[in-house]
Amino acid sequence: MGGKKVHIKRSGSDLVFDIVSYIILGMVSLVAVYPLYFVLIASISSPEAVNAGKVMLYPIGVTLEGYQKLFEDSRIFTGYRNTILYTAAGTTLDLCLTLITAYPLSFKKLPGRKIFTGFFLFTMFFNGGLIPTFLLVKDLGLYDTPFVLVLLGALNIYNMIIARSFFEGTISKDLMDAAEIDGCGKFRFFVSIVLPLSKALIGVLVVYYGVAHWNQYFNALIYISKEALRPLQMVLREILIQNSSTMQVFDESMMLELLRRERYAELIKYGVIVVASIPVLCIYPFIQKYFTKGVMLGAVKE
Amino acid sequence: MTKNKLLWKRWRVLYLMLIPGIVYIFIFNYIPMYGVTIAFKDFYASRGIMGSPWVGLEHFKRVFRSPDFLPILWNTLILSLYQLVLTFPIPIFLALLINSCHSKRFGKFVQNVTYAPYLVSVVVLVGMMMIMFAPRGVFNNILEMAGGERQLFMGDEKYFRHIFVLSAVWQTTGWNSIIYLATLSGVSPELYEAARMDGANKLQRILHIDIPHIIPTIAIILTLNAGAVMSMGFEKAYLMQNDLNIGVSEILSTYVYKKGLLDIDYGYSAAVGLFNNVINLIILLLVNKAAKKITKSSLF
Repeated sequence: MGGKKVHIKRSGSDLVFDIVSYIILGMVSLVAVYPLYFVLIASISSPEAVNAGKVMLYPIGVTLEGYQKLFEDSRIFTGYRNTILYTAAGTTLDLCLTLITAYPLSFKKLPGRKIFTGFFLFTMFFNGGLIPTFLLVKDLGLYDTPFVLVLLGALNIYNMIIARSFFEGTISKDLMDAAEIDGCGKFRFFVSIVLPLSKALIGVLVVYYGVAHWNQYFNALIYISKEALRPLQMVLREILIQNSSTMQVFDESMMLELLRRERYAELIKYGVIVVASIPVLCIYPFIQKYFTKGVMLGAVKE
Repeated sequence: MTKNKLLWKRWRVLYLMLIPGIVYIFIFNYIPMYGVTIAFKDFYASRGIMGSPWVGLEHFKRVFRSPDFLPILWNTLILSLYQLVLTFPIPIFLALLINSCHSKRFGKFVQNVTYAPYLVSVVVLVGMMMIMFAPRGVFNNILEMAGGERQLFMGDEKYFRHIFVLSAVWQTTGWNSIIYLATLSGVSPELYEAARMDGANKLQRILHIDIPHIIPTIAIILTLNAGAVMSMGFEKAYLMQNDLNIGVSEILSTYVYKKGLLDIDYGYSAAVGLFNNVINLIILLLVNKAAKKITKSSLF
């Protein structure tokens, strides 16, 4: 970014530019944050006030009823627990696989490096598509098991390239040669020297993979049918989206049931969004520390 | 032989480290590529993909004859191009504005605030849209205050595309601007200083220093986006779909899902999927070539 020199006077046109730019940036920030803020204040306001459109800038009729109700909901509890397990196991696996694959490929002299890299890169641009993947998952016996949500997407090629560029850029090959003379094996060198030097990279990968697992719903929709295995996002879908959809009503009892469910959803939907999104928003400081580096690494290519 | 042995000894550990990744990608990415042949076969679950008989282009003929197909292809194209046209340039403008912001602290603040929506899941995003665009939601309240009539936003064909794309702008602008900001931070301060001495104002500095500096990044990001043009949006489109907007909200990816996994017409569904995939690949190659020619920077 530009220098910090302030002693040069701003010209008139720059002043206009700055004012316009402040206004635009201010508005953009407001638009980005307001919907999230609204959900937060609506989640602790009385549903009547929210529905009447009174809640806009601050909570009205503060109540924690919504949160109370949603913590009693066993679906949410199960979904939450499942998502935590999938995210923890999945992110660990993804991280290990990505790191050990990227590391060898960062050696420019590795015979066959181009071929291996091509093998991985090709999958970014062509894939079998939904049906062949679905049949594969069934054949492997992974359908309707927790493993499918942990295993799928474990090696994201884009992330692997980020890792490879990081190793290329930060790990000095002189250090490597020195270690070899010392009799330090390549794998030991990787574990005891390279990994401790790669904290920024690991931070970026944990964020990318972690958020992807936490927010994952597509794979669950396709490969999971047992209720006990559903991740949080599937439960959210049921509460937030399926209730309010245009459901066909055939008789009075269905109508009553629909109304009951709608009232319930009305009560908890804001709280549910908050509870589901808080863990992802908690990694915010983490991202601030590492992400620019990570995104930048992705941009670096040979 | 001895040379090979030496090579092996030297690189052995690194090759061993590569094995898990290769096996994984082979199983989960390359085997399904073979599975694409199902689009040319009459699939029997009992015989597997290999054992099922070939039917040539039968499924493709059915696809192209189906009255559903053209409207869905059209929906996909319109939706993805509309999305590309808005979500691609806006992050560039945002990055340029943040980068030239007079107060660096404010710029940093805007940057950190605007990428928050990216972390929200698609389910939550659509859930929030349902809340805000509901008949008694915020947008309708504002509309009524302004003297308009309440609209059924989420269940109306004429709003679907706008809501779909604008929500993508909301969610991705901040995040996508990060890469440009990171690139812009590489411009040397002396360059700005020199331009300032020559009397260039901010707008001129953006036009003549910043934009040329990020052109290679723009080319690569555009290529990547264009390559994904037709594969976008199953998750959001599927969640936003209802009986009232299905005429515009049905796109290739949702169609593949319904035909394949709900109607269990594997061959047909795989044919649509393969068609989609090939179009993607062609667009990617074309845009990559164009980017190479125009900006001298390309993905590969």
